[in-house]
Amino acid sequence: MARKIDVVFSDIELGKALKKVYEAKPEAVVETVKKSNLRGRGGAGFPTGLKWEMAAKINKFPKYFICNADEGEPGTFKDKLILEKQAPKVIEGMLIGAYAIGAEKGFIYLRGEYKYLYSSLQETIDKLKRDGFLGKNICGKKGFCFDLEIRLGSGAYVCGEETALIESLEGKRGEAKNKPPYPTEEGFLDKPTVVNNVETLAFVPHIIVNGADWFHQFGTEKSAGSKLFSVSGDCEKPGIYEFEFGITIRELLKEVGAAPDTKAVQIGGASGFCASSDDFDKPICFEGIPTGGSIIIFNKSRSMFKVLKNFVEFFQQESCGQCTPCREGCSRMLEGIEKFELGTGSSKTVSDLLSLSETMSLASKCGFGQSVPNSFRTIITKFRDEIISYRGENNE
Amino acid sequence: MLRESLVNRLDELFTKYGKKRESLLPILQELQDGYSYLGEEIINEVARAFNISQTEVFSVASFYHFLNIKPKGRYVIRLCRTISCELKGKEEVLRALESELGIKMGETTPDRKYTLDYANCMGMCDKGPAMMVNNDIYSGLTPSKAVDIVRSYK
Repeated sequence: MARKIDVVFSDIELGKALKKVYEAKPEAVVETVKKSNLRGRGGAGFPTGLKWEMAAKINKFPKYFICNADEGEPGTFKDKLILEKQAPKVIEGMLIGAYAIGAEKGFIYLRGEYKYLYSSLQETIDKLKRDGFLGKNICGKKGFCFDLEIRLGSGAYVCGEETALIESLEGKRGEAKNKPPYPTEEGFLDKPTVVNNVETLAFVPHIIVNGADWFHQFGTEKSAGSKLFSVSGDCEKPGIYEFEFGITIRELLKEVGAAPDTKAVQIGGASGFCASSDDFDKPICFEGIPTGGSIIIFNKSRSMFKVLKNFVEFFQQESCGQCTPCREGCSRMLEGIEKFELGTGSSKTVSDLLSLSETMSLASKCGFGQSVPNSFRTIITKFRDEIISYRGENNE
Repeated sequence: MLRESLVNRLDELFTKYGKKRESLLPILQELQDGYSYLGEEIINEVARAFNISQTEVFSVASFYHFLNIKPKGRYVIRLCRTISCELKGKEEVLRALESELGIKMGETTPDRKYTLDYANCMGMCDKGPAMMVNNDIYSGLTPSKAVDIVRSYK
Protein backbone atom coordinates (compact mmCIF):
# COMPACT_ATOMS: atom_id res chain seq x y z
CA MET A 1 0.00 0.00 0.00
CA ALA A 2 1.56 3.24 -1.13
CA ARG A 3 1.77 5.92 1.50
CA LYS A 4 0.72 9.51 1.51
CA ILE A 5 3.77 11.56 2.44
CA ASP A 6 4.93 15.11 2.71
CA VAL A 7 8.30 16.04 1.27
CA VAL A 8 7.68 18.80 -1.24
CA PHE A 9 5.75 21.03 1.16
CA SER A 10 7.79 20.24 4.26
CA ASP A 11 10.16 22.96 5.36
CA ILE A 12 13.89 22.49 5.25
CA GLU A 13 16.41 24.94 6.62
CA LEU A 14 17.46 27.20 3.77
CA GLY A 15 21.14 26.83 2.92
CA LYS A 16 21.65 23.54 4.75
CA ALA A 17 21.82 21.56 1.52
CA LEU A 18 23.86 24.24 -0.17
CA LYS A 19 26.44 24.18 2.62
CA LYS A 20 26.78 20.42 2.30
CA VAL A 21 27.14 20.76 -1.46
CA TYR A 22 29.89 23.38 -1.19
CA GLU A 23 31.92 21.03 0.98
CA ALA A 24 31.86 18.47 -1.81
CA LYS A 25 33.11 18.50 -5.39
CA PRO A 26 30.55 19.15 -8.17
CA GLU A 27 31.10 15.56 -9.38
CA ALA A 28 30.04 14.23 -5.99
CA VAL A 29 26.80 16.24 -6.16
CA VAL A 30 26.02 14.79 -9.59
CA GLU A 31 26.80 11.35 -8.21
CA THR A 32 24.38 11.74 -5.28
CA VAL A 33 21.54 12.88 -7.53
CA LYS A 34 22.28 10.06 -9.97
CA LYS A 35 22.28 7.55 -7.15
CA SER A 36 18.96 8.85 -5.86
CA ASN A 37 17.41 7.99 -9.24
CA LEU A 38 15.47 11.26 -9.20
CA ARG A 39 13.63 11.58 -12.52
CA GLY A 40 12.02 14.65 -14.06
CA ARG A 41 8.64 15.41 -12.49
CA GLY A 42 7.33 17.42 -15.44
CA GLY A 43 6.15 14.33 -17.27
CA ALA A 44 8.99 13.05 -19.43
CA GLY A 45 10.84 11.44 -16.52
CA PHE A 46 14.41 11.94 -17.74
CA PRO A 47 16.96 11.04 -15.03
CA THR A 48 17.99 14.34 -13.41
CA GLY A 49 21.49 13.30 -12.37
CA LEU A 50 22.26 12.10 -15.89
CA LYS A 51 21.08 15.41 -17.33
CA TRP A 52 23.36 17.29 -14.93
CA GLU A 53 26.27 15.00 -15.75
CA MET A 54 25.82 15.59 -19.49
CA ALA A 55 25.97 19.37 -19.00
CA ALA A 56 28.80 19.19 -16.45
CA LYS A 57 31.02 17.27 -18.85
CA ILE A 58 30.85 19.86 -21.65
CA ASN A 59 33.70 22.31 -21.44
CA LYS A 60 31.91 25.36 -22.88
CA PHE A 61 31.03 28.47 -20.88
CA PRO A 62 28.91 30.25 -19.79
CA LYS A 63 26.39 27.57 -18.85
CA TYR A 64 22.77 28.13 -17.93
CA PHE A 65 20.36 26.59 -15.44
CA ILE A 66 16.66 26.98 -16.12
CA CYS A 67 13.63 26.22 -13.99
CA ASN A 68 10.70 25.18 -16.14
CA ALA A 69 7.62 26.78 -14.56
CA ASP A 70 5.57 26.58 -17.73
CA GLU A 71 3.15 24.10 -16.23
CA GLY A 72 0.43 23.87 -18.86
CA GLU A 73 -0.72 20.27 -19.07
CA PRO A 74 -4.52 20.29 -18.71
CA GLY A 75 -5.39 19.38 -15.15
CA THR A 76 -2.01 20.29 -13.62
CA PHE A 77 -1.59 22.95 -10.93
CA LYS A 78 1.05 21.57 -8.57
CA ASP A 79 3.96 23.81 -9.64
CA LYS A 80 1.83 26.88 -8.95
CA LEU A 81 1.39 25.75 -5.34
CA ILE A 82 5.08 24.90 -4.96
CA LEU A 83 6.05 28.38 -6.19
CA GLU A 84 3.56 29.93 -3.80
CA LYS A 85 4.71 27.93 -0.77
CA GLN A 86 8.28 26.78 -1.36
CA ALA A 87 9.96 29.11 -3.85
CA PRO A 88 13.22 29.46 -1.82
CA LYS A 89 13.61 25.67 -1.79
CA VAL A 90 13.15 25.50 -5.57
CA ILE A 91 15.78 28.20 -6.00
CA GLU A 92 18.12 26.31 -3.66
CA GLY A 93 17.59 23.28 -5.91
CA MET A 94 18.64 25.46 -8.86
CA LEU A 95 21.74 26.67 -6.99
CA ILE A 96 22.76 23.09 -6.26
CA GLY A 97 22.29 22.14 -9.91
CA ALA A 98 24.16 25.25 -11.04
CA TYR A 99 27.09 24.33 -8.80
CA ALA A 100 27.05 20.77 -10.13
CA ILE A 101 27.22 21.82 -13.79
CA GLY A 102 29.14 25.10 -13.41
CA ALA A 103 26.40 27.58 -14.38
CA GLU A 104 26.43 31.21 -13.28
CA LYS A 105 23.18 32.39 -14.79
CA GLY A 106 19.64 31.08 -14.60
CA PHE A 107 16.07 31.79 -15.47
CA ILE A 108 12.70 30.82 -14.12
CA TYR A 109 10.42 30.53 -17.13
CA LEU A 110 7.01 31.29 -15.63
CA ARG A 111 3.91 30.71 -17.72
CA GLY A 112 1.96 33.87 -18.61
CA GLU A 113 -1.13 32.49 -16.89
CA TYR A 114 0.77 32.67 -13.58
CA LYS A 115 1.83 36.28 -14.02
CA TYR A 116 0.13 37.07 -10.71
CA LEU A 117 2.94 35.08 -9.01
CA TYR A 118 5.62 37.26 -10.62
CA SER A 119 5.93 39.95 -7.95
CA SER A 120 6.07 37.60 -4.97
CA LEU A 121 8.62 35.45 -6.80
CA GLN A 122 10.70 38.54 -7.58
CA GLU A 123 10.53 39.55 -3.91
CA THR A 124 11.82 36.11 -2.94
CA ILE A 125 14.70 36.50 -5.38
CA ASP A 126 15.51 39.98 -4.04
CA LYS A 127 15.47 38.71 -0.48
CA LEU A 128 17.74 35.77 -1.31
CA LYS A 129 20.10 38.22 -2.97
CA ARG A 130 20.17 40.39 0.17
CA ASP A 131 20.79 37.31 2.31
CA GLY A 132 23.72 36.22 0.19
CA PHE A 133 22.08 33.23 -1.52
CA LEU A 134 22.17 34.79 -4.98
CA GLY A 135 24.70 37.05 -6.68
CA LYS A 136 28.43 36.85 -6.06
CA ASN A 137 30.33 34.59 -3.63
CA ILE A 138 27.20 32.78 -2.53
CA CYS A 139 27.13 31.78 1.15
CA GLY A 140 30.67 33.05 1.37
CA LYS A 141 31.91 30.45 -1.12
CA LYS A 142 34.49 32.35 -3.09
CA GLY A 143 34.03 32.40 -6.82
CA PHE A 144 30.58 30.91 -6.81
CA CYS A 145 28.12 33.28 -8.46
CA PHE A 146 24.61 32.82 -9.73
CA ASP A 147 22.21 35.40 -11.12
CA LEU A 148 18.56 34.59 -11.53
CA GLU A 149 15.91 36.26 -13.67
CA ILE A 150 12.23 35.52 -14.19
CA ARG A 151 10.94 35.39 -17.74
CA LEU A 152 7.28 35.17 -18.59
CA GLY A 153 5.69 32.96 -21.20
CA SER A 154 2.79 34.24 -23.25
CA GLY A 155 0.25 31.47 -23.43
CA ALA A 156 1.88 28.76 -25.52
CA TYR A 157 1.57 25.21 -24.17
CA VAL A 158 4.36 23.86 -26.36
CA CYS A 159 6.91 26.09 -24.55
CA GLY A 160 6.91 23.54 -21.72
CA GLU A 161 8.96 21.35 -24.07
CA GLU A 162 12.55 22.21 -23.18
CA THR A 163 13.88 23.11 -26.63
CA ALA A 164 10.78 25.23 -27.36
CA LEU A 165 11.21 26.90 -23.97
CA ILE A 166 14.80 27.79 -24.84
CA GLU A 167 13.77 29.20 -28.22
CA SER A 168 11.18 31.33 -26.44
CA LEU A 169 13.81 32.56 -23.97
CA GLU A 170 15.92 33.57 -26.94
CA GLY A 171 13.06 35.78 -28.10
CA LYS A 172 11.89 33.49 -30.88
CA ARG A 173 8.75 31.52 -31.71
CA GLY A 174 8.45 28.66 -29.25
CA GLU A 175 9.13 25.91 -31.76
CA ALA A 176 10.81 22.70 -30.66
CA LYS A 177 14.16 21.76 -32.18
CA ASN A 178 15.50 18.42 -33.28
CA LYS A 179 17.48 16.51 -30.67
CA PRO A 180 20.42 15.87 -30.66
CA PRO A 181 22.12 18.17 -29.97
CA TYR A 182 20.52 18.17 -26.53
CA PRO A 183 20.25 21.41 -24.54
CA THR A 184 22.89 20.04 -22.16
CA GLU A 185 25.29 20.46 -25.07
CA GLU A 186 23.76 23.31 -27.09
CA GLY A 187 20.98 25.04 -25.21
CA PHE A 188 20.34 28.70 -24.45
CA LEU A 189 22.45 30.79 -26.88
CA ASP A 190 24.02 27.47 -27.96
CA LYS A 191 25.62 27.00 -24.55
CA PRO A 192 25.23 23.99 -22.22
CA THR A 193 21.90 24.33 -20.44
CA VAL A 194 19.91 22.28 -17.98
CA VAL A 195 16.13 22.66 -17.85
CA ASN A 196 14.44 21.13 -14.78
CA ASN A 197 10.82 21.18 -13.66
CA VAL A 198 9.79 23.07 -10.50
CA GLU A 199 8.82 19.91 -8.59
CA THR A 200 12.04 18.11 -9.56
CA LEU A 201 14.07 20.98 -8.13
CA ALA A 202 12.01 21.01 -4.91
CA PHE A 203 13.20 17.44 -4.19
CA VAL A 204 16.89 18.23 -4.68
CA PRO A 205 17.66 19.93 -1.30
CA HIS A 206 15.95 17.03 0.54
CA ILE A 207 18.03 14.47 -1.35
CA ILE A 208 21.25 16.36 -0.61
CA VAL A 209 20.49 16.72 3.11
CA ASN A 210 19.10 13.21 3.67
CA GLY A 211 21.08 11.24 1.11
CA ALA A 212 20.21 9.14 -1.92
CA ASP A 213 19.31 6.07 0.19
CA TRP A 214 16.70 8.04 2.10
CA PHE A 215 14.98 8.84 -1.21
CA HIS A 216 14.95 5.16 -2.20
CA GLN A 217 12.89 4.16 0.82
CA PHE A 218 9.91 5.75 -0.95
CA GLY A 219 8.36 4.56 -4.17
CA THR A 220 9.15 1.49 -6.23
CA GLU A 221 12.40 -0.06 -7.32
CA LYS A 222 12.46 1.80 -10.63
CA SER A 223 10.58 4.92 -9.55
CA ALA A 224 12.22 6.30 -6.45
CA GLY A 225 10.53 8.84 -4.24
CA SER A 226 7.16 10.49 -4.26
CA LYS A 227 5.15 12.54 -6.71
CA LEU A 228 2.70 15.40 -6.51
CA PHE A 229 -0.69 14.81 -8.05
CA SER A 230 -3.07 17.53 -9.19
CA VAL A 231 -6.52 16.02 -8.75
CA SER A 232 -9.63 17.45 -10.38
CA GLY A 233 -12.95 16.31 -11.79
CA ASP A 234 -15.56 14.13 -10.13
CA CYS A 235 -14.39 13.56 -6.55
CA GLU A 236 -15.12 14.97 -3.10
CA LYS A 237 -11.64 16.28 -2.37
CA PRO A 238 -9.92 17.74 -5.43
CA GLY A 239 -6.54 19.38 -4.83
CA ILE A 240 -2.84 18.59 -4.52
CA TYR A 241 -1.66 15.29 -3.05
CA GLU A 242 1.77 13.78 -2.56
CA PHE A 243 1.96 10.01 -2.82
CA GLU A 244 4.75 7.55 -3.19
CA PHE A 245 5.26 6.21 -6.68
CA GLY A 246 3.53 2.86 -7.05
CA ILE A 247 0.17 3.91 -5.69
CA THR A 248 -2.58 2.22 -7.65
CA ILE A 249 -5.33 4.19 -9.32
CA ARG A 250 -7.87 2.56 -7.01
CA GLU A 251 -5.95 3.61 -3.89
CA LEU A 252 -5.67 7.14 -5.21
CA LEU A 253 -9.38 7.33 -6.02
CA LYS A 254 -10.18 6.27 -2.48
CA GLU A 255 -7.93 8.94 -0.97
CA VAL A 256 -9.54 11.74 -2.97
CA GLY A 257 -13.10 10.60 -2.37
CA ALA A 258 -14.06 9.50 -5.85
CA ALA A 259 -17.35 7.65 -6.25
CA PRO A 260 -17.12 3.85 -6.41
CA ASP A 261 -18.72 3.97 -9.85
CA THR A 262 -15.93 6.11 -11.36
CA LYS A 263 -15.98 5.53 -15.09
CA ALA A 264 -12.56 6.69 -16.19
CA VAL A 265 -9.47 8.51 -15.00
CA GLN A 266 -7.27 10.59 -17.28
CA ILE A 267 -3.70 10.27 -16.05
CA GLY A 268 -1.14 12.78 -17.29
CA GLY A 269 -3.52 15.30 -18.83
CA ALA A 270 -4.36 15.61 -22.52
CA SER A 271 -1.04 14.03 -23.49
CA GLY A 272 -1.47 11.21 -20.97
CA PHE A 273 -3.44 8.00 -20.80
CA CYS A 274 -7.06 7.20 -20.08
CA ALA A 275 -7.69 4.43 -17.57
CA SER A 276 -10.99 2.58 -17.34
CA SER A 277 -12.10 0.43 -14.39
CA ASP A 278 -10.11 -2.55 -15.76
CA ASP A 279 -6.92 -0.56 -15.17
CA PHE A 280 -7.63 0.66 -11.64
CA ASP A 281 -5.26 -1.83 -10.00
CA LYS A 282 -2.32 -0.66 -12.08
CA PRO A 283 0.39 1.34 -10.30
CA ILE A 284 1.23 4.93 -11.19
CA CYS A 285 4.99 5.06 -11.73
CA PHE A 286 7.48 5.19 -14.58
CA GLU A 287 7.30 1.43 -15.16
CA GLY A 288 3.49 1.44 -14.78
CA ILE A 289 1.36 4.37 -15.88
CA PRO A 290 3.70 7.37 -16.03
CA THR A 291 2.47 10.89 -15.35
CA GLY A 292 3.41 14.49 -14.77
CA GLY A 293 0.76 14.42 -12.08
CA SER A 294 -2.51 15.45 -13.72
CA ILE A 295 -5.41 13.27 -12.56
CA ILE A 296 -8.87 14.04 -13.96
CA ILE A 297 -11.72 11.86 -12.73
CA PHE A 298 -14.91 11.15 -14.70
CA ASN A 299 -18.02 9.65 -13.13
CA LYS A 300 -20.46 7.45 -14.99
CA SER A 301 -22.61 10.36 -16.17
CA ARG A 302 -19.77 11.79 -18.30
CA SER A 303 -19.55 11.41 -22.05
CA MET A 304 -16.14 10.12 -23.09
CA PHE A 305 -16.78 11.53 -26.54
CA LYS A 306 -16.82 15.04 -25.09
CA VAL A 307 -13.65 14.32 -23.14
CA LEU A 308 -11.92 13.08 -26.28
CA LYS A 309 -13.08 16.03 -28.35
CA ASN A 310 -11.96 18.48 -25.67
CA PHE A 311 -8.44 17.03 -25.73
CA VAL A 312 -8.17 16.96 -29.52
CA GLU A 313 -9.40 20.56 -29.75
CA PHE A 314 -6.71 21.47 -27.22
CA PHE A 315 -3.99 19.87 -29.34
CA GLN A 316 -5.30 21.42 -32.53
CA GLN A 317 -5.14 24.89 -30.93
CA GLU A 318 -1.75 24.43 -29.32
CA SER A 319 0.19 22.67 -32.09
CA CYS A 320 3.01 25.05 -33.00
CA GLY A 321 2.47 24.21 -36.65
CA GLN A 322 6.04 23.74 -37.82
CA CYS A 323 5.88 20.03 -38.65
CA THR A 324 3.23 18.53 -40.90
CA PRO A 325 2.37 15.32 -38.98
CA CYS A 326 1.37 17.31 -35.92
CA ARG A 327 -0.16 20.40 -37.56
CA GLU A 328 -2.23 18.49 -40.15
CA GLY A 329 -2.66 15.45 -37.96
CA CYS A 330 -4.37 17.39 -35.18
CA SER A 331 -6.75 19.10 -37.62
CA ARG A 332 -7.62 15.86 -39.44
CA MET A 333 -8.09 14.07 -36.15
CA LEU A 334 -10.55 16.72 -35.00
CA GLU A 335 -12.45 16.51 -38.30
CA GLY A 336 -12.58 12.74 -37.95
CA ILE A 337 -13.96 12.90 -34.43
CA GLU A 338 -16.59 15.44 -35.41
CA LYS A 339 -17.94 12.87 -37.87
CA PHE A 340 -19.33 10.91 -34.94
CA GLU A 341 -21.29 13.95 -33.80
CA LEU A 342 -22.65 14.41 -37.30
CA GLY A 343 -23.59 10.76 -37.55
CA THR A 344 -21.22 10.01 -40.41
CA GLY A 345 -18.56 8.23 -38.35
CA SER A 346 -18.10 4.46 -38.44
CA SER A 347 -15.67 1.69 -37.51
CA LYS A 348 -13.74 2.66 -40.60
CA THR A 349 -13.34 6.19 -39.23
CA VAL A 350 -11.89 4.72 -36.04
CA SER A 351 -9.36 2.59 -37.90
CA ASP A 352 -8.40 5.50 -40.18
CA LEU A 353 -7.83 7.72 -37.15
CA LEU A 354 -5.82 5.04 -35.37
CA SER A 355 -3.60 4.78 -38.42
CA LEU A 356 -3.23 8.58 -38.48
CA SER A 357 -2.29 8.55 -34.81
CA GLU A 358 0.38 5.95 -35.54
CA THR A 359 1.89 8.28 -38.15
CA MET A 360 1.77 11.21 -35.74
CA SER A 361 3.56 9.36 -32.97
CA LEU A 362 6.26 8.15 -35.36
CA ALA A 363 6.80 11.23 -37.49
CA SER A 364 6.13 14.28 -35.31
CA LYS A 365 9.17 16.35 -34.50
CA CYS A 366 8.73 16.76 -30.75
CA GLY A 367 7.03 15.23 -27.73
CA PHE A 368 3.88 17.26 -28.39
CA GLY A 369 2.85 15.55 -31.65
CA GLN A 370 4.25 12.24 -30.44
CA SER A 371 1.98 12.24 -27.41
CA VAL A 372 -1.27 13.38 -29.07
CA PRO A 373 -2.13 9.73 -29.79
CA ASN A 374 -1.82 8.68 -26.12
CA SER A 375 -5.20 9.94 -25.01
CA PHE A 376 -6.80 9.33 -28.39
CA ARG A 377 -5.80 5.67 -28.54
CA THR A 378 -6.63 4.86 -24.95
CA ILE A 379 -10.03 6.59 -24.98
CA ILE A 380 -11.10 5.20 -28.32
CA THR A 381 -9.96 1.68 -27.48
CA LYS A 382 -11.61 1.55 -24.08
CA PHE A 383 -14.82 3.36 -25.03
CA ARG A 384 -15.10 2.44 -28.68
CA ASP A 385 -18.83 1.71 -28.76
CA GLU A 386 -19.68 4.85 -26.84
CA ILE A 387 -17.65 6.99 -29.24
CA ILE A 388 -19.02 5.39 -32.41
CA SER A 389 -22.62 5.66 -31.24
CA TYR A 390 -22.30 9.27 -30.02
CA ARG A 391 -24.70 11.46 -31.94
CA GLY A 392 -24.33 14.89 -30.39
CA GLU A 393 -26.62 16.54 -27.88
CA ASN A 394 -28.97 17.94 -30.49
CA ASN A 395 -29.59 14.57 -32.07
CA GLU A 396 -30.04 12.59 -28.90
CA MET B 1 3.09 61.20 -32.10
CA LEU B 2 2.81 57.46 -31.54
CA ARG B 3 6.21 56.98 -33.13
CA GLU B 4 7.89 59.43 -30.79
CA SER B 5 6.40 57.89 -27.66
CA LEU B 6 7.25 54.42 -28.97
CA VAL B 7 10.88 55.31 -29.57
CA ASN B 8 11.15 56.66 -26.03
CA ARG B 9 9.43 53.63 -24.57
CA LEU B 10 11.72 51.29 -26.49
CA ASP B 11 14.75 53.15 -25.13
CA GLU B 12 13.48 52.60 -21.60
CA LEU B 13 12.89 48.92 -22.30
CA PHE B 14 16.34 48.49 -23.80
CA THR B 15 17.79 49.95 -20.63
CA LYS B 16 15.78 47.47 -18.57
CA TYR B 17 16.32 44.31 -20.63
CA GLY B 18 19.37 45.08 -22.77
CA LYS B 19 19.38 45.58 -26.52
CA LYS B 20 19.71 41.96 -27.52
CA ARG B 21 17.61 39.46 -29.42
CA GLU B 22 16.68 37.58 -26.23
CA SER B 23 14.88 40.68 -24.98
CA LEU B 24 12.34 40.65 -27.80
CA LEU B 25 9.63 38.67 -26.00
CA PRO B 26 9.65 40.61 -22.69
CA ILE B 27 9.73 43.86 -24.67
CA LEU B 28 6.75 42.82 -26.79
CA GLN B 29 4.92 41.81 -23.59
CA GLU B 30 5.56 45.22 -22.03
CA LEU B 31 4.57 47.09 -25.18
CA GLN B 32 1.31 45.18 -25.28
CA ASP B 33 0.62 46.08 -21.64
CA GLY B 34 0.96 49.74 -22.60
CA TYR B 35 -0.58 49.83 -26.07
CA SER B 36 -3.07 46.92 -25.67
CA TYR B 37 -2.13 45.33 -29.00
CA LEU B 38 0.86 45.04 -31.29
CA GLY B 39 -0.25 46.79 -34.45
CA GLU B 40 1.73 47.34 -37.63
CA GLU B 41 3.29 50.58 -36.44
CA ILE B 42 4.62 48.95 -33.27
CA ILE B 43 5.90 45.89 -35.13
CA ASN B 44 7.72 48.12 -37.63
CA GLU B 45 9.31 50.27 -34.95
CA VAL B 46 10.44 47.27 -32.93
CA ALA B 47 11.95 45.72 -36.07
CA ARG B 48 13.85 48.94 -36.79
CA ALA B 49 15.13 49.20 -33.22
CA PHE B 50 16.28 45.55 -33.11
CA ASN B 51 17.57 45.75 -36.67
CA ILE B 52 15.68 42.63 -37.70
CA SER B 53 12.95 42.23 -40.32
CA GLN B 54 9.32 43.14 -39.64
CA THR B 55 8.38 39.62 -40.67
CA GLU B 56 10.53 38.22 -37.91
CA VAL B 57 8.94 40.41 -35.25
CA PHE B 58 5.49 39.62 -36.62
CA SER B 59 6.20 35.88 -36.64
CA VAL B 60 7.10 36.02 -32.95
CA ALA B 61 4.18 38.27 -31.98
CA SER B 62 1.68 36.10 -33.83
CA PHE B 63 2.97 32.86 -32.29
CA TYR B 64 1.90 33.53 -28.72
CA HIS B 65 -1.78 33.40 -27.73
CA PHE B 66 -1.39 36.18 -25.17
CA LEU B 67 0.16 38.62 -27.62
CA ASN B 68 -2.47 40.42 -29.69
CA ILE B 69 -1.70 41.42 -33.23
CA LYS B 70 -5.25 42.70 -33.72
CA PRO B 71 -7.17 45.20 -31.62
CA LYS B 72 -8.91 43.64 -28.64
CA GLY B 73 -11.07 45.01 -25.88
CA ARG B 74 -9.59 46.91 -22.96
CA TYR B 75 -10.47 43.88 -20.85
CA VAL B 76 -9.75 40.49 -22.34
CA ILE B 77 -11.83 37.81 -20.64
CA ARG B 78 -10.37 34.36 -21.07
CA LEU B 79 -12.58 31.50 -20.02
CA CYS B 80 -10.82 28.20 -19.32
CA ARG B 81 -12.00 25.59 -21.82
CA THR B 82 -10.18 22.62 -20.28
CA ILE B 83 -12.20 19.52 -19.42
CA SER B 84 -11.92 19.98 -15.62
CA CYS B 85 -13.62 23.39 -15.88
CA GLU B 86 -16.10 22.00 -18.40
CA LEU B 87 -17.15 19.31 -15.91
CA LYS B 88 -17.87 22.03 -13.34
CA GLY B 89 -20.17 24.16 -15.48
CA LYS B 90 -18.09 26.20 -17.93
CA GLU B 91 -20.92 26.16 -20.52
CA GLU B 92 -23.37 27.90 -18.18
CA VAL B 93 -20.77 30.55 -17.36
CA LEU B 94 -20.13 31.04 -21.08
CA ARG B 95 -23.82 31.53 -21.82
CA ALA B 96 -24.16 34.06 -18.99
CA LEU B 97 -21.13 36.03 -20.22
CA GLU B 98 -22.34 36.01 -23.82
CA SER B 99 -25.72 37.30 -22.83
CA GLU B 100 -24.31 39.93 -20.45
CA LEU B 101 -21.90 41.28 -23.05
CA GLY B 102 -24.13 40.75 -26.07
CA ILE B 103 -21.33 39.07 -28.02
CA LYS B 104 -20.33 35.54 -28.94
CA MET B 105 -17.16 33.73 -27.88
CA GLY B 106 -14.20 35.21 -29.79
CA GLU B 107 -15.84 38.60 -30.32
CA THR B 108 -15.22 42.11 -28.97
CA THR B 109 -17.93 44.49 -27.79
CA PRO B 110 -18.54 47.40 -30.21
CA ASP B 111 -17.24 49.90 -27.61
CA ARG B 112 -13.98 47.87 -27.50
CA LYS B 113 -14.30 47.43 -23.77
CA TYR B 114 -14.48 43.61 -23.56
CA THR B 115 -13.18 40.72 -25.62
CA LEU B 116 -14.43 37.22 -24.85
CA ASP B 117 -11.94 34.45 -25.55
CA TYR B 118 -11.10 30.93 -24.54
CA ALA B 119 -7.82 29.94 -22.92
CA ASN B 120 -6.41 26.52 -22.21
CA CYS B 121 -5.72 25.26 -18.71
CA MET B 122 -4.87 28.06 -16.27
CA GLY B 123 -4.13 25.79 -13.30
CA MET B 124 -7.37 26.28 -11.36
CA CYS B 125 -8.63 22.77 -12.11
CA ASP B 126 -9.65 21.93 -8.52
CA LYS B 127 -11.70 25.13 -8.29
CA GLY B 128 -13.32 25.36 -11.71
CA PRO B 129 -14.78 26.98 -13.67
CA ALA B 130 -12.05 29.61 -13.99
CA MET B 131 -11.40 32.69 -16.09
CA MET B 132 -8.85 35.46 -16.44
CA VAL B 133 -9.61 39.13 -16.97
CA ASN B 134 -6.36 40.54 -18.33
CA ASN B 135 -3.85 39.27 -15.72
CA ASP B 136 -6.30 38.54 -12.89
CA ILE B 137 -7.51 34.98 -12.29
CA TYR B 138 -10.92 34.05 -10.89
CA SER B 139 -12.09 30.59 -9.93
CA GLY B 140 -15.14 28.84 -8.50
CA LEU B 141 -17.33 30.76 -10.93
CA THR B 142 -21.08 30.56 -11.18
CA PRO B 143 -22.93 32.34 -13.98
CA SER B 144 -23.92 35.23 -11.68
CA LYS B 145 -20.49 35.49 -10.05
CA ALA B 146 -18.85 35.70 -13.48
CA VAL B 147 -21.23 38.47 -14.54
CA ASP B 148 -20.55 40.43 -11.33
CA ILE B 149 -16.80 40.17 -11.88
CA VAL B 150 -17.05 41.39 -15.45
CA ARG B 151 -19.25 44.32 -14.35
CA SER B 152 -16.67 45.34 -11.75
CA TYR B 153 -14.23 46.25 -14.57
CA LYS B 154 -15.26 49.81 -15.32
